[in-house]
Amino acid sequence: MHAVQMKGIVKRFADLVANDHVDFDLEKGEIHALLGENGAGKTTLMRILYGLYHADEGQILINGSPVAIHAPRDAIKLGIGMVTQHFTLVPTLTVAENMVLGETGSFTINLKEIEKKVAEASKRFGVPVNPHALIRHLSVGERQRVEILKALYHDAQILILDEPTAVLVPQEVEVLFNALLRLQKDGLSVVFISHHLNEVMQICNRVTVLRDGKLTGTVKIADTNLKDLANMMVGRENFGVTRQGEREQGKVELRIEKINAVDKKGLQALKDVSLEVRQGEILGLAGVSGNGQTELSAVLCGTQKITSGKVFAGDVDLSSADTSDVCAAGVGRIPEDRHANLVGELSVAENLILDQMDKFKKNGIMDQQKIQDNAEELIKTYNIKANANDRLRTLSGGNMQKVMLARTLSQNPRIVIASQPTRGLDVGATDYVRSTLLEQRDRGAAVLLLSEDLEEIMALSDRIAVIYGGKIMGVLPAQEATAEKLGLMMAGSAA
Amino acid sequence: MTKYRIERAPAPGWMRILIPLLAIPVTFLLTSVIILLDGANPFTTYYHFLVSPLAGRVSAIEVFVKSTPLLLTGAAVAFAFKGGYWNIGAEGQLYAGAIAATFVGTVLLDVPPIIGIPAMVIGGFAGGLLWALPSAILKVKLGVDEVVTTLLMNSIVLNVTSFLLNGPWRNPVSMWPQSPEISAGTVFPQLIPRSRLHFGIIIAVIVILIIWFVISRTSFGLKMRAIGLSKEGARFAGIKVNKTMLIVALVSGGIAGLAGAGEVAGIHFHLIDAISDGLGYSGITIATLGGLHPLGVGISALFIGLIDTGAQTVSRVLGVPVYLGDVVQSTLLLVTLSLFVLQNFRIRRVN
Repeated sequence: MHAVQMKGIVKRFADLVANDHVDFDLEKGEIHALLGENGAGKTTLMRILYGLYHADEGQILINGSPVAIHAPRDAIKLGIGMVTQHFTLVPTLTVAENMVLGETGSFTINLKEIEKKVAEASKRFGVPVNPHALIRHLSVGERQRVEILKALYHDAQILILDEPTAVLVPQEVEVLFNALLRLQKDGLSVVFISHHLNEVMQICNRVTVLRDGKLTGTVKIADTNLKDLANMMVGRENFGVTRQGEREQGKVELRIEKINAVDKKGLQALKDVSLEVRQGEILGLAGVSGNGQTELSAVLCGTQKITSGKVFAGDVDLSSADTSDVCAAGVGRIPEDRHANLVGELSVAENLILDQMDKFKKNGIMDQQKIQDNAEELIKTYNIKANANDRLRTLSGGNMQKVMLARTLSQNPRIVIASQPTRGLDVGATDYVRSTLLEQRDRGAAVLLLSEDLEEIMALSDRIAVIYGGKIMGVLPAQEATAEKLGLMMAGSAA
Repeated sequence: MTKYRIERAPAPGWMRILIPLLAIPVTFLLTSVIILLDGANPFTTYYHFLVSPLAGRVSAIEVFVKSTPLLLTGAAVAFAFKGGYWNIGAEGQLYAGAIAATFVGTVLLDVPPIIGIPAMVIGGFAGGLLWALPSAILKVKLGVDEVVTTLLMNSIVLNVTSFLLNGPWRNPVSMWPQSPEISAGTVFPQLIPRSRLHFGIIIAVIVILIIWFVISRTSFGLKMRAIGLSKEGARFAGIKVNKTMLIVALVSGGIAGLAGAGEVAGIHFHLIDAISDGLGYSGITIATLGGLHPLGVGISALFIGLIDTGAQTVSRVLGVPVYLGDVVQSTLLLVTLSLFVLQNFRIRRVN
């Protein structure tokens, strides 16, 4: 018996297809994982089910009958509850008050009565919360329990959890899993969105894998293993740009020594990470997303501080550098989020000189002609489909990335930090970016490539390191690195 | 079934220039309701608002007199906003500039204008800059929201002014709460005989030309524009965001201080409690109407100066309250801001 069936779901955002004819079904009383990388379309699919988005095509059936879900209100009526990554609780109100927020059902509030009902529900569902507690006094794990109880309190039969473990410490994860297993026994159906393979293997019955908005497949956990799942998640077509031949390796250009750093929530994200990148090589850093890549990239770009350790670019100590020091040290950066790290409302020409203004000014006055010439030359060299005076935001993702590449690489940096450089790009642009990175390597630059795309790492890297849980699991020469070995390391076993 | 859907679709670039012009007729329609309630004819009222002041020589000059401080506060706010610093404190910085100028003007006795006038200009700038300093430091060091701190600094300086005028600076002869007169050598010269038009308007025009040049032609201008548009993007490109923003905030305060110095040295020749009466807040309206572009600021300051002058004509001729001018100004700001938001959307019919 199916609790939920989603058939042929298509969702487009402008020219991006977030869900491309995705089929998904959830059986009654199962915990079903929705697995995929960032941007694979997991959350979009569930937001459609919860009424936050509307599918452009496709059909939704709940308990076998077709339904129309226009808003979360409709979803809640159908017994669907969703706990998002960003909690929707009011910190200054109590647990009980949050439970009935927006639907007290009457003009007056009988808080005593509500608190009693919440306490009963808490006992009945085995989700321990204190109805009198103020939300702001609760830990993240407790807040999440309140969110879950809130859904159950409103008679949810189907519970969607969007990356519930992302915000939790390991002990809290245990508590969550125990609660879920208990609820499952009582007949609750759960969709568990995640990109952590181990968790999926641990708690789920079946798993549906999405990749680039398309369905890769649905399998029983009993019939699969970590390695197969990793392959289903990260595999992508090989676009034909690959590293040719081996090179003499030069001296160490980028040296990272035992660095530690925390993420936005203050949790440890990098643990004693040490890496060396030599002149004329690409060191690929593989890993499932959320294992510290974002923080490592931010540290090397100068946008985040480390709590301990050392970073050297050649002889220059960048351990406590800000972005201007990093630029001055000759580190070229291709960041993960190109939208945020360029200025959309400035022109292409202005963006192209933003990190090297000094070369384009005379006595503090900008040399407009030189800026224009520079832009026209780079637009030609890097094949950017835009005019020099276009606002940057009017460009497509691929062309924006080319602007970033042009700005960074035209300065002939001795070190290149490329973070997810082809994410979200089409085949042509991906090809282009990859061959550009190889050119940099052949020119003698030390290239650190952070990517969640294993094929990309294997196609381009001279050596491959794997990061898991903020730790480097090992570094392999490209010849020894098979997809199988890397897959195991990405799932947490040491080389 | 036909339904309408609102969707995001930014209007083309030329629309942004058209918006302030479009706002004027809309404002006219909205304020007509109030004018009618007051028993006056909207068309006559607007004739006196917009045309009468320019018809006579005296009142036409008065438009420029009224515009002088507005050009400076508008420039101060636009400069700050352009650099991503939300300075709501031009009013307070104007007062601080006026206090500093009064101090200079009452201390420097028997100086020739060649020394006195530059001293007033520097004093006014320094006063505004100093008043902008605490908020700017709190912003860059601790990330305290400058909207709140600059606004609160406004009420502090009003009380400081009251204290000075009722305490140390109380006029010893009349006992009125007004400061002693500034010395003759520190008075701004008149530009047209028997009018109130003074040297301050030349300062204002020069300031506007300078900030236009700085914003559009210098590397500092590119840095501050980048910060104003995307702090993250600017920081990534190695721009020192905090240092740049600090300079922007202080210069903005200094420019607003010049407006205060001009009112003291060109109009009143002493400090009074009501030296500004909202000129700094009008600067926000003017900066917004001018699309934060220095030349746009120039035009909108003259326009608001016209409305301010017209409000007095309207009240004299038609007997409606002089506050109608404030109503028109505020409505114009709201309409312009709404249009800036609305231009990002369109309504489409879907089947």
